[in-house]
Amino acid sequence: MKRLVVALLLLSTPALAVNPDEMLKDPAQEHRARELGKDLRCLVCQNQSIDDSDADLAKDLRVIVRERIAKGDSDEQVKKFVVDRYGDYVLLKPPFKVTTLALWLGPLALFLGGLWAVLAFYRRRPAAGTAPPPPPLSAEERRRLDTLLKESER
Amino acid sequence: MIAEIGHFALVLALCVALVQAVVPLMGARRGNMAWMNVAGPAATLQFLFIAIAFGALTNAYVTSDFSVMNVAQNSHTDKPMLYKVAGVWGNHEGSLLLWITILALFGFAVTLFGRNLPPGLKSRALAVQAMIAVGFLAFILLTSNPFARLDPPPVNGQGLNPMLQDPGLAFHPPFLYLGYVGFSMAFSFAIAALLEGRVDAAWARWVRPWTLAAWVFLTCGIILGSWWAYYTLGWGGWWYWDPVENASFMPWLAGTALLHSAIVVEKRDALKSWTILLAIIAFGLSLLGTFLVRSGVLTSVHAFATDPARGVFILLLLCTAVGGSLALYAARAPMMKMGGLFSPISREGALLLNNVLMATGAATVLLGTLYPLIADALNLGKVSVGPPFFNAVFLPLMAPMVLVMAAAPMLSWKRGDMAGVLGRLKFIAALALGTAMLVWFLQGGSAGPWWTAAGFALAVWLGLGTLWDMAERIGLFTRPANALSRAARLPNSAWGMLLAHFGLAVFIVGLTASSAWTTEHIQTQKVGETVQVGGYGVTLKGVEDVPGPNYTASRATFEISKDGKAIGVMQPEKRMYRQPPRPTTTAAIRSGITGDLYVVIGDPDPKAGPGGGWVTRLYFNPCIPWLWAGGLLLVVGGLISLADRRHRIGAPARAANAAAKA
Amino acid sequence: MRRFLYVLPVAVFAIMALFFLKGLTLNPRDIPSVLIDRPVPEMSLAPLPGRGESSGLGTENLKGRVSLVNIYGSWCISCVQEHPVLMEIKRRGDAPIHAVDWRDDPVLGAAWLKKNGDPYERVGIDPPPGRTAVDFGVTGAPESFIVDKAGVIRYKHVGPISMEIWTKTLLPIIRELEKR
Repeated sequence: MKRLVVALLLLSTPALAVNPDEMLKDPAQEHRARELGKDLRCLVCQNQSIDDSDADLAKDLRVIVRERIAKGDSDEQVKKFVVDRYGDYVLLKPPFKVTTLALWLGPLALFLGGLWAVLAFYRRRPAAGTAPPPPPLSAEERRRLDTLLKESER
Repeated sequence: MIAEIGHFALVLALCVALVQAVVPLMGARRGNMAWMNVAGPAATLQFLFIAIAFGALTNAYVTSDFSVMNVAQNSHTDKPMLYKVAGVWGNHEGSLLLWITILALFGFAVTLFGRNLPPGLKSRALAVQAMIAVGFLAFILLTSNPFARLDPPPVNGQGLNPMLQDPGLAFHPPFLYLGYVGFSMAFSFAIAALLEGRVDAAWARWVRPWTLAAWVFLTCGIILGSWWAYYTLGWGGWWYWDPVENASFMPWLAGTALLHSAIVVEKRDALKSWTILLAIIAFGLSLLGTFLVRSGVLTSVHAFATDPARGVFILLLLCTAVGGSLALYAARAPMMKMGGLFSPISREGALLLNNVLMATGAATVLLGTLYPLIADALNLGKVSVGPPFFNAVFLPLMAPMVLVMAAAPMLSWKRGDMAGVLGRLKFIAALALGTAMLVWFLQGGSAGPWWTAAGFALAVWLGLGTLWDMAERIGLFTRPANALSRAARLPNSAWGMLLAHFGLAVFIVGLTASSAWTTEHIQTQKVGETVQVGGYGVTLKGVEDVPGPNYTASRATFEISKDGKAIGVMQPEKRMYRQPPRPTTTAAIRSGITGDLYVVIGDPDPKAGPGGGWVTRLYFNPCIPWLWAGGLLLVVGGLISLADRRHRIGAPARAANAAAKA
Repeated sequence: MRRFLYVLPVAVFAIMALFFLKGLTLNPRDIPSVLIDRPVPEMSLAPLPGRGESSGLGTENLKGRVSLVNIYGSWCISCVQEHPVLMEIKRRGDAPIHAVDWRDDPVLGAAWLKKNGDPYERVGIDPPPGRTAVDFGVTGAPESFIVDKAGVIRYKHVGPISMEIWTKTLLPIIRELEKR
């Protein structure tokens, strides 16, 4: 299904797209708006945040986010506002929900799994140093050993 | 005519590859030397034919032969020559041709440099290499033919995306492919070992230089790509955890793990089946990357042609190559004899820990990259997994690794003395903690993020720890008179390791400082107005129109001053390309040890009043050059390691001579 | 146990391959609407010049009948493609169509209707930054929503409406909703 999207599907993204006329006067609020902007996805682009995108919809959302901040919404409330309209897809940091449990807990589970495998590996073998000592070297073997040692590193 | 020659050459290459895939393998099975010896000449011939094909396509671009559809879609007479050539691989079909050219190149290189390889291993490895080539050649010839003709030919082409007309980006794909495809060598050797039924220290010795070479190229390619993003995209960002970026990072992580585990195989004859698995995984991830970029399964800024039909073919390739090799692994690997023993606290133990962390890192990136697809397929809804996730999850995984990295090279083999090593490093630990406190104080406490102190502490710990290790090895403080001569006699691989580890420490400084303390000033600047950024005064002097070969640019001139004194001029541009019509920005960057001054010119502001005003974006990115320096050190360290004498495959021959003399 | 560990990689890969196969049939850019079965957003949009003082679009106007709300703009090229279908729907009297003129200059929006035809009962102007469109979860134009008698959104169609889509998909939903 083809449709002509408002904004260009971009590979070429000219500059960071926030314009001076969009920015809030209060630097603390503007900072919050920028941080939020980094976490909100541009829905008509290929994998960019609304801060990075030149698309019209991204600009609209940047303005609306600032309006809500100026009206007194907290960061969480602003995010909820956008998610209520566009779904979880708009959040670049996936929410911690039942549907994303595997995602958030996965890395820890993988690491613990790796550690368990390593422990199993060590337990399987007799500890180094408890094996019976090797038989002593013959003179011939000792000479070969000296030659080899001279050539190797520390 | 030339295009047809190129096309025919590909068909011939396919025939040769088919022979190369079957005959040497059967020869190795039966111990038939004649059949095994087919591998070398076949690999040479295959490379020859594919090189001819690549040359033919390049010729078509250089001469702007628009009767070739690929050229018509991606080139234009106005494009500068460098980008006409870069256009060869700046599209789906051409980049695949580059892929197999490099695949054949590596096979050819084994023929040239691998004369001392045991014939069974060599013939099997080349056969596997040829099987991969068969798959890709078939893919190209059946679905992605770069030599398709257009009749009648158009007068001019559609041009190349202006974003790609850039020196950094022209070289980024070749380096990346040399890396990705280079891992095919380790893969082929691994499969050969599985088929042969054994892995020994000699095998690890053969595999390491090839893996190291591929790793060096891949590191280069990734750094180039990040650097390009930094100066082109206009806001100083350089890594976005985009699926295609991840597709290059995962093989890098697996490749780094492979480099380290191969050491244990060589030294202790242990971790053999794990190393084989890693070799399969590293190349498997490269193939996976190829699939992700070209199938449309994930949204990405970088994606090539998104064509599900091609996607099915690549999926089949992926299943055959990776699925087949993993199945072979499941069948054969258990038969491998367990190797030498070592204590968990030892250099081998540390290398194993490195592997666990790197593997978990790679798996984490894979999970995050694929999760949107998984969730959608399971009807769990559409979810986005972006930088906030990866940063939150990946970086904490790497921190323990950096902690261990400083101490690990100082541990002895087989059984190490952790308490002793930590004792020798306690001064450095104190310095690291001191740095953390200093950084915290300079930052203004919680005026900045909490992790800056940790980042700097880790960097100091790793950097100074590595330097201390080097000092101990050459006896800098115990026997200073001999230090220089001991340094000269240190093997290259030791120098390589020290440089690479130190490079990572430098990289961490760049990463921490630039992520935390970048300052940004966005405003409408009037001509003559000065803005203070990062200790510099940036004054807009004027903007003029400047024509280019296939674009027109608005070039701004800024005067830079420090402490009131003029110290230089910066000229960023905003370009409008003609074919295809696209705007791009070229930032002006002034690099110094403390960081980059980064200046971007935006649109003119009609409301600015007389004299004119422009939207300008001025950034100061602290320590960003450290990022690139660290990357460079990694590459140089790898190259030095590669030059180690013991990696020359002649080493066993020398030992044989020495034993004969004894 | 050891045997299991050796088989694990190929098993994990097989599962991944299945996901990829499924993935080839999916479109990652297709975002379903989260507004289905939720009431129409609060809005009170001004009318276009030349269409009458009280011809704007407000939330209350959408109650009482099943209607189609179409998002368009004079800058939107696909909307031109879709428009004849909307005109035909109006001619046939299948269902009332209202519009939101998204991120548009009212004068241009009105002129566009004069030029391409006016199938709408009510049209409301949604000036930049397109707050109402964002409330509807719109990502591009044209998009259309089916709203039931209670003013609840029941269906969203993304992209131009063709006659086939209208008769096969949208009209049946409207008829079904009218019965309730």
